[in-house]
Amino acid sequence: MITGTVGLLKFPDFYTRLHATGKCDTLGQILIILGCMIYEGFTFITIKLLLVSAFYLFAGPTGTHALMKAAYVTGLPVWKKGDKRA
Amino acid sequence: MAEMKEAHRTFSILLTFCVMLAFWLLLSAWTVYLPEPYDLSKVSRGVLSALIVTFLTYEIFVPGRGEKVLLKLQRFIPYVAWELWQIYLASIDVAKRVFGTLEVDPRIIEFDTTLRSDFALVTFANSITLTPGTITIDVDPAKGRYIVHAIAKGPADSLTEEQTMQKKVGYVFMEEGGEKR
Amino acid sequence: MMIIPFLAVGIIIAITILVCSYRAIHGPGTFNRIIAANVIGTKAIVLLIVVGYIIERPQFIDIALMYAAIAFIGTIIIAKYAERGELCSR
Repeated sequence: MITGTVGLLKFPDFYTRLHATGKCDTLGQILIILGCMIYEGFTFITIKLLLVSAFYLFAGPTGTHALMKAAYVTGLPVWKKGDKRA
Repeated sequence: MAEMKEAHRTFSILLTFCVMLAFWLLLSAWTVYLPEPYDLSKVSRGVLSALIVTFLTYEIFVPGRGEKVLLKLQRFIPYVAWELWQIYLASIDVAKRVFGTLEVDPRIIEFDTTLRSDFALVTFANSITLTPGTITIDVDPAKGRYIVHAIAKGPADSLTEEQTMQKKVGYVFMEEGGEKR
Repeated sequence: MMIIPFLAVGIIIAITILVCSYRAIHGPGTFNRIIAANVIGTKAIVLLIVVGYIIERPQFIDIALMYAAIAFIGTIIIAKYAERGELCSR
């Protein structure tokens, strides 16, 4: 989670920032909720937590892809190596 | 949509209703079931909500009859396990690029695949987004053409040259070009 | 005694949300701010679950599930509007 936010500050372009947050946030969320599940034991609340994390496993990358497609179609310039930082 | 056969419609409604009722039972059991046992007023609330949701969404919940659905489902579960391992690798890769160990040199690539069905295309697009270094931008369902943004040369090559992921998804969905590992 | 790890995680996530708001204010253009809103929503879901554990009321998990669904739909609607300039083409 922390790596994702540092990447958000440091990366030079919109598309690379999407890389950082889209991947790191998904993994960080799954791990934190897994830790909470192990703390709880095996009750009904565990199943609810499993539902939240499984939902975000499928919905996170889909949202990332939707944002990327919107930016590409409306013509946001892609940063090649050596350009000015945007 | 076009005409839906009567047996398929009844089957869809029943299956959707059972799944919705199971979800309601699962999600509200820890307040309803444990303090005092089930009685008719609580269960009727659950049945009513499940009925409303079923009649709103039964048409899109059960897909049209594909072939060999059970076999595809059985091959799908090891693929999910492989993908969770790729998510872990992906975040390690981003960590290295953020702190300057590997380099950032983005590029956009395009390639074709042989997958045609809806579910296979969507699964492949999600997997590209979850593997280290690539995100899907656009999919053309008529030709199976993907436009992908890669963050460096390494992940871009592993998608176009070696084609490990195309083979795996092709094996799961039994299109041409698939072989195990 | 057992709430010390949960308190530490909660404070770290709150600091992360604050750092991410720099990108929301400064980022040139619309799309950077949309990313920041999405990230803050994701962090808020995890923060809700952790706070639910700290003050020992498990009802917060239902709120987290609802908010996850709504934030996902919100992101897709904003992406669709930014792509086409209108929501439903009719």
